[in-house]
Amino acid sequence: MKILVAIKQVPDTATQVKVGADGKAIDTAGITWIVSPYDEYAVEEALRIKEKRGQGEVVAVSLGPDRVKEAIRSCLAMGCDRAIHLNDPAWNDADTLTTAKALAAVIKQEAPQLVLCGRQAIDDDMGAVTAQLAELLGWPCAYWIMEETVDADGKSVRAARQAEGGLEVFDLPLPAILAAQKGLNEPRYPTLKGIMGAKKKEIKDVKAGDLGLGAEPPQLAVIGLEALPPRPPGRVIQGDVPAAVKELVRALREDAKAI
Amino acid sequence: MELDLTDEQRMIQAMAREFAETAIRPIAVEIDREARFPHETVKRMGALGLMGIMVPERWGGSGADTVAYVVAVEEIAKACGSHAVIMSVNNSLYCDPLLTYGTDAQRERFLVPVAAGQANGCFALTESQAGSDARNQATLATRDGDSYVLNGKKQFISTGREASFALVFGQTDRAKAHHGISAFVVEKGAPGFGVSKTEDKLGIRASDTAELVFEDCRVPAASRLGEEGMGFTIAMGTIDGGRIGIAAQAVGLAAGAYERAVAYARERKSFGVPIGQHQMVQWMLADMATAIDGARLLTLRAATLKDAGKPFGVAAAMAKLFAAETAMKATTDAIQVHGGYGYIREYEVERYFRDAKITQIYEGTSQIQKLVIAREVLGRTAGRSA
Repeated sequence: MKILVAIKQVPDTATQVKVGADGKAIDTAGITWIVSPYDEYAVEEALRIKEKRGQGEVVAVSLGPDRVKEAIRSCLAMGCDRAIHLNDPAWNDADTLTTAKALAAVIKQEAPQLVLCGRQAIDDDMGAVTAQLAELLGWPCAYWIMEETVDADGKSVRAARQAEGGLEVFDLPLPAILAAQKGLNEPRYPTLKGIMGAKKKEIKDVKAGDLGLGAEPPQLAVIGLEALPPRPPGRVIQGDVPAAVKELVRALREDAKAI
Repeated sequence: MELDLTDEQRMIQAMAREFAETAIRPIAVEIDREARFPHETVKRMGALGLMGIMVPERWGGSGADTVAYVVAVEEIAKACGSHAVIMSVNNSLYCDPLLTYGTDAQRERFLVPVAAGQANGCFALTESQAGSDARNQATLATRDGDSYVLNGKKQFISTGREASFALVFGQTDRAKAHHGISAFVVEKGAPGFGVSKTEDKLGIRASDTAELVFEDCRVPAASRLGEEGMGFTIAMGTIDGGRIGIAAQAVGLAAGAYERAVAYARERKSFGVPIGQHQMVQWMLADMATAIDGARLLTLRAATLKDAGKPFGVAAAMAKLFAAETAMKATTDAIQVHGGYGYIREYEVERYFRDAKITQIYEGTSQIQKLVIAREVLGRTAGRSA
């Protein structure tokens, strides 16, 4: 079974994000880049499916500039067999739909039976690409999955997704797209052997033209970014407890209008 | 001079850092308090390839280099000094000599399981009267047909209790003094080989330090590493490499304590401002940052020389000396930055301080490193004190 995993390189979760000089993007200077954590669940699950079936191929795909190679190599170190890097200045301003179109074109070429994504990237938290991709391909799709089982014949997948109060279970015919939620698995650390072997694995560079795609104006434009306003300082209510509680209740009701 | 790590080295560093943060740091306090060998995490380190980093894949290892080893040990030591020494002993003091001096048959049997992290190895050179004076070996290895009979005691052996394989040094020819020392691999469970004591220590308490006893312990001649009489050369060459590992451990301990001191200096207030705004505290942090970077660079240089196949003994001695002294000073000052809280176990910097002390002692005391360096500076004969 061939499985394709779509991953995105994002700033490390510990990054102190600053608005860039143009006011439309973040300042990327000094940022440590990582594979988006939800995408790591997707990679791990793909590797587990392959290991369980004893055969198959896991292909990692990512769209972005040169620096994305590092994230791709992390996935190869974890155990993906090869990778495709969608790297073209035409995609510099790619929105989710442009990204989904590029991925859909790759998927048509590669013809995997299963596509795994993270439920959303942790940078802009759009969570849109998986659904757009399913729509473009006309494939069934399940979001926020916590469990999955591919049947022995590789004809369908049973996926359980997080719903309020329990799990919602779906049977999807393959090919299908699944988006991983936290809890699906515990991603492995790359072993040293995996890391040392990653460089020998293929990363294919693909341009928009290779997929028959031209430069399209994005459907979504960023008008501007603003930093969050600083949090106002808290207030400590002094005095003896009965009076302080009274004041607290008054403040919550009248000032904060919270109760 | 190349100062950037390769992609692989950076990935290994990142993996070691994440593993140390998520798997080791949460148990570091407990295993120190209980002086408990961390079997579970050591096994996982083995599976990740951290226990045989420089050994080629053919012999069960990871096929990475000494620089990768150094950055990985530092990351592990930032979280826990005990894990770092367990790792350093396995990589430098056991796998390295087995790879360098072992025959293919010996590598297959004694190296593959240890480099792959399925078993641990230890290095048994020190005796009660043979520490810095390592030539003064009293353990006897008497040839008897196809085997040797070992009699003697080894002291302060790191991982001595937990190791499945011990690289043991003993006299095969007393008359030749240190030219009569030979090296043997002895398997745990061999009749006549026992662990008589585990030491209760100031620091690195989760790494076991044991006394090994050999009483008429019969070792097949096929388990002799190198030729008869090569033991001392093997031991000294091995320790040169080991010093790079301990230097990396010392850098990690210093850096771990320093990171906590910086965090505390930002958050703790006195006289109405964070203490990091006081010049006295800034002074200490600046000194720590500078010394740690210097120690790290010396360690990386020694590792780079070793990887290039160039002489690295003096570079390793300098790295180990400077890193160990830096670890002691930085961990002392990290407690100072924390004030009274630093003296309390809950704040952890005191553990770094206790762990740091041993780096000035094992694999050659700071004084022995100076001797090695001075001999190089003055020339062998002029530098000899006796």
